[in-house]
Amino acid sequence: MAVTEVELRVKPIESGTVIDHIAGGQALNVLKILGISGTTEATLSVVMNVESKKLGRKDIVKVENRELKEEEVNKIALIAPAATINIIRDFKVVEKRNVDLPDEIVGVVKCQNPSCISNTTEPIRPRMIVKGKNPVLLRCTYCEQPLADRIADYLI
Amino acid sequence: MFSKRHVLSMRDFSREEIDSVLDLAGSLEPYARGKRSDMLAGKILALLFFEPSTRTRMSFETAMKRLGGGVINLGPAEGSSISKGESLADTVRVIGGYADAIVIRHPKEGSARLASEFSPVPVLNAGDGAGHHPTQTLLDLYTIKKESCLEGLSIALVGDLKYGRTVHSLAYALSLYGADITLVSPLSLRMPDAIKTDLSNKGTRVNETSDLREVIDNVDVLYMTRIQRERFPDPVEYSKVARSYRITPEFLAGARENLIIMHPLPRVDEISPQVDGTAHARYFEQSFYGVPVRMALLKMLIGDGSD
Ligand SMILES: [Zn+2]
Repeated sequence: MAVTEVELRVKPIESGTVIDHIAGGQALNVLKILGISGTTEATLSVVMNVESKKLGRKDIVKVENRELKEEEVNKIALIAPAATINIIRDFKVVEKRNVDLPDEIVGVVKCQNPSCISNTTEPIRPRMIVKGKNPVLLRCTYCEQPLADRIADYLI
Repeated sequence: MFSKRHVLSMRDFSREEIDSVLDLAGSLEPYARGKRSDMLAGKILALLFFEPSTRTRMSFETAMKRLGGGVINLGPAEGSSISKGESLADTVRVIGGYADAIVIRHPKEGSARLASEFSPVPVLNAGDGAGHHPTQTLLDLYTIKKESCLEGLSIALVGDLKYGRTVHSLAYALSLYGADITLVSPLSLRMPDAIKTDLSNKGTRVNETSDLREVIDNVDVLYMTRIQRERFPDPVEYSKVARSYRITPEFLAGARENLIIMHPLPRVDEISPQVDGTAHARYFEQSFYGVPVRMALLKMLIGDGSD
């Protein structure tokens, strides 16, 4: 049976989470924020740079058999503010929501200030206060240095 | 009005909290001048200086001892050996077990906030790298309040406004009082835009110039800071700049009668010694006021009845 290219790319999943409308090229960073690494056992599909009316190019991430919790997903608003989250059960979208950055982000982004105590071997996780959501503006809890540009470069 | 557990950054202070510190400092000034007190008898203050700052350390030590308390000290040599091995988190947990409060000075920015997360006792930030030094700002404000006026103030901040975080923190605090601030610095050492924006967002009028003569006759306070030679690759350029930011009695000829001149000290050439005898000089008073201000903070944090 012949399958079309599109079907291969966007084959529906039975259950799990689909993260759609990720800015083109950011899918791997999204996985990084979600703590999903190359050694994961989850069935995972990553589709990159497909055409999107809204974004020009977009990425899609599908995680099978796992419903991502709101607080773990919200962190991806750092680099993919337009992302939408679809929770799938039995091939149906049972929940659809946007991402909303939390007020504080712990252990996801490191401070860009090389003299900051959070960039040492002290037993703490980098902590950022979210001062602005659109555009994203973070402030290091420790040294108070702001972080607004190239946030993806500072993902842990 | 004062419910803080730690003193880490001026950003944590409301105007009311600053006022309560300055008011208490005022009432403690006689003790700073030598009147006997046992307000903090039996209390121990740990001074953790991971880099040397003899003046600040002695000022805290004086404040504590004048109120009848004791101090334990980590010398700079021990400080530097610890900073290579043990984590700061562990150090403050250990020392926090010996003392009622910890004063910390450390080369890394944000280290005082980290210390406060692990310390079982209050932490006072005495300077964290290029970061904060809130007790300096509070003593500056106390000096202005005592020797000039915090309300409707017109102040010129002069010198290195780019790297000098003391002035950033002072400018921020002055914005809470609606001061009129003039920034005077060489072009290459201007205050970062982010801080200026922060000030104007608070409704503070901020003017900027590189010509000190332009403003000298129209301000109540002249806050001088040191311009470091290292900031200038060209020694000729440095001496030119240094000359134009040097205060002499002649320079002050047209100044307001009640103008006061402040400086966080140590000074190098910014203020001629001949200015010391004029009615404008306040930098030695300013340095002394560090004692009652630090007394006030210690009393608020660890004095009986502060819990
Ligand atoms: Zn930082």
